[in-house]
Amino acid sequence: MKDGKIRFTLNGREVVYEDSPLRRLLDVLREDLGETGVKEGCGEGECGACSILLDGKLVNSCMVAMGTMEGKNLMTIEGLRETEQGKCIIDAFAEAGAVQCGFCIPGMVMAAQSVLQDSPHPSEQDIRKGISGNLCRCTGYDQIIQAVLTASEKGEGLW
Amino acid sequence: MPHSISTTVRRKDAVAKAAGTMEYLSDQFPVSPLHGKCYYSSIQRGLIESVSLPEVPEGYHILGADDVPGVNSLHMIIEDWPVFADKEVRYLGQIIFLIVGPEKDVILDIHRKIRVNYKEIPPCTTLEDSIALKGGVQHGEDNVFTRYDIHHGQVDPPFESAHRILEKEYYTGHQEHVYMEPQSLFAHWEDDSFILHASAQCPFYIRKSLVNALGMEPEKIRIIQTPTGGAFGGKEHFPDVLAGPLAVAVYKVKKPIKLVLDRKEDMAYSIKRHPSAIHIKTALDKEGKILAHDIDIRLDGGAYSSCSAVVLARAVFTVGNVYNIKNIRIAGRAFCTNKPPSDAFRGFGAPQAIFAMESHMNYLAYELGQDPLAFRQPYLMKQGDPTTTDGKIHEKVMLPEMTKRILEMSGYGKKYQDYKNIPYKGIGLSYFFHGSGFTGNGERDLIKARIYLKKDHNDHVYIYGSNVEMGQGISTTFCKVASKALDLPFEQVHFVEPDTEIVPDSGPTVASRSISVVGFLVQKAAEKLKKDWKSGEEQTIIQDYEAPTHMVPWDQNTLKGDAYPAYSWGVNVIEVEVDPITFEVNTKGIWGVYEMGVPIDRQIVEGQIIGGMVQALGYSYLEKLEFSDGRFRQATMSDYMIPTSMDFPSTKSAIVDNPFEYGAYGAKGAGEMVFDGAAPAFGAAVSQAVDTIIDEVPVLPETLMELTDEGR
Ligand code: FES
Ligand code: FES
Repeated sequence: MKDGKIRFTLNGREVVYEDSPLRRLLDVLREDLGETGVKEGCGEGECGACSILLDGKLVNSCMVAMGTMEGKNLMTIEGLRETEQGKCIIDAFAEAGAVQCGFCIPGMVMAAQSVLQDSPHPSEQDIRKGISGNLCRCTGYDQIIQAVLTASEKGEGLW
Repeated sequence: MPHSISTTVRRKDAVAKAAGTMEYLSDQFPVSPLHGKCYYSSIQRGLIESVSLPEVPEGYHILGADDVPGVNSLHMIIEDWPVFADKEVRYLGQIIFLIVGPEKDVILDIHRKIRVNYKEIPPCTTLEDSIALKGGVQHGEDNVFTRYDIHHGQVDPPFESAHRILEKEYYTGHQEHVYMEPQSLFAHWEDDSFILHASAQCPFYIRKSLVNALGMEPEKIRIIQTPTGGAFGGKEHFPDVLAGPLAVAVYKVKKPIKLVLDRKEDMAYSIKRHPSAIHIKTALDKEGKILAHDIDIRLDGGAYSSCSAVVLARAVFTVGNVYNIKNIRIAGRAFCTNKPPSDAFRGFGAPQAIFAMESHMNYLAYELGQDPLAFRQPYLMKQGDPTTTDGKIHEKVMLPEMTKRILEMSGYGKKYQDYKNIPYKGIGLSYFFHGSGFTGNGERDLIKARIYLKKDHNDHVYIYGSNVEMGQGISTTFCKVASKALDLPFEQVHFVEPDTEIVPDSGPTVASRSISVVGFLVQKAAEKLKKDWKSGEEQTIIQDYEAPTHMVPWDQNTLKGDAYPAYSWGVNVIEVEVDPITFEVNTKGIWGVYEMGVPIDRQIVEGQIIGGMVQALGYSYLEKLEFSDGRFRQATMSDYMIPTSMDFPSTKSAIVDNPFEYGAYGAKGAGEMVFDGAAPAFGAAVSQAVDTIIDEVPVLPETLMELTDEGR
């Protein structure tokens, strides 16, 4: 973090950040970088609506301070949806009807990606575990789990 | 034969929601020129004796009761809830001021420097306090917001001649909505008009609530609904409560202001589900047959009435449940207490009432030494049976078929027998029904829904109404109905997002009325348009509500007649295992069979079923919300547990068709009734597992431990 600048990669492009290191990654993504697919549901690391992949790991961006971002590799829903894997998951969510109000869903899609990265052929229980940090008040989860199973099947070879 | 309309299509909003391109309010206005923050009362009840406000820097404002241009009250059902607390406060968290300005830090600094001196008054924290008028009366002469008394048949004689009388009281707790998108509003001023964007269920309710407060014509107040990230009743009236102060600020400052609650504020000060205490007393004859019920319903309405009157009405009209009991008397009251107001929540008084009645039926069977399922059978309603309001069940009642189906699916019969001898395992069943639409003559006399259908010169058809998409799938189901009636590709039909300036008032998105009542108007309008179709021309159809002619007329004074035009019906079975050491309950199976007329989209309805049942299981078991010293002890999402994907197994459901003549392609309401049955079925299952009677939700391990220690 020389010259007070923080450099990191966001969805494959380099970002240089020069504001306070104390700001939350979530706010910087939404307010400065326009990545509004990342939602704020609780602001305290409980709901997962703000989920992103940080160096490949599922993380709540409301709990990350900008000061820790130097050199990190970051993927948000805005990046994931441009990839084949992302398209496959999104399509599977639509097919399973796994969206209701939709507010938790971008975070769920990130969680689904994380599940499939870890195991391309997950069991129902693997999926339940993998998305358990993401709360959904609408769906009761079953159709989301179905969506991940469908993505795993239809996206054979993608992960 | 399943209906073709039920065949699943891809939801209109599915891809945008999954890909994160759907823009909710705070995405549309990620940065705002001005922010608002509420200053809430810090005591439960008292008089405001004096306030001291700090000097504020240029560009910052503190707004309060003195700034209200019109009348300082929000028009909901009655007008008791002030925009800003003025002389008195009635709950911890009541809005006294709104601070607005450009920098959040400065706003917080101003917030810290505001001082309010109160003369405290002992608060009513329980129904008993309220009944005893502790601290003096707060509402009317007896703290009762609303009272409804109904009776059917003769109740006193059977009690006099009864062989046995059994009675018990049932309790349900508060519940927090936890819609994932917190309350969000953005408002500005344009050409003499107030414009509000809101995550809300009822744009026209917000407008109505502001007319007197702003002293402006309704046409000068425009409410634009934004994609709504969940609501469940929590965005029915509560947005009015935030819109009031915000409107006053915009009126004064004439600049755009954003007001988004953070989760903590939202949980602490927003409205909750009504807690209930329901006493049921039953007269039985020598054979153990039910002669009469005498029922007393008390709801904790919190500090202001909001829609307590209507919640109470549904509780009163539903508590008899699916049983034809000849003699029944029901008294209902909603009380004022010093808690955040209770308000709408999926089910709207029915879950409380049904929990009580179903638990009571189990209790009667238990005391009589009878099988709870067999005990219920003679009373199950049939077509033509009278209701508790002396109306009539008009539809064919499919409960026998549904019972058969759920028994097959769940293996209830064998498991029920087995678990009699296996400790800590249990299975429970519940029956329930839910009226579609507003009670009594509400649709005809109060709501008077109207929709438009507009066709452009490309032959695309647009649906205009005020019912919002909040996750339940209406933007898809409305389009399906219109596209079928018009025989037009689904892609050529569009749902217009509600905006009071461009859509007619088709009523609020509540009461399971959207598809059954408003969807029917969409169908009728589409049929008209089809008849009159002129390809390549712009056309508009206006469709108004017409009351069904089959009903027993409703009399609002005597509360007699058809409380609802039709009911949706359900049976739930829940299977549990209780840990003998920790008394944690592990849910092993969830089954539901539903009759909701005709599902307009099977997958959407299944989503409602699963979501509703899991939400209700949260209510039954996980969602503890304790009130002490004026606040809820579970103040954040880390303390208040809503179900995660690990808490419940997958839900098995089935849908039985039974077309309703006056619903869109036969549809009746679905969104609320899916909440009604899980709590009593869960309670019944736990009762069997620990061999005791569960009379309260949420069922907490602590309570189970105590109950089993008592060895009941
Ligand atoms: S907003 Fe980050 S976990 Fe809820
Ligand atoms: S779809 Fe509404 S919270 Fe998940």
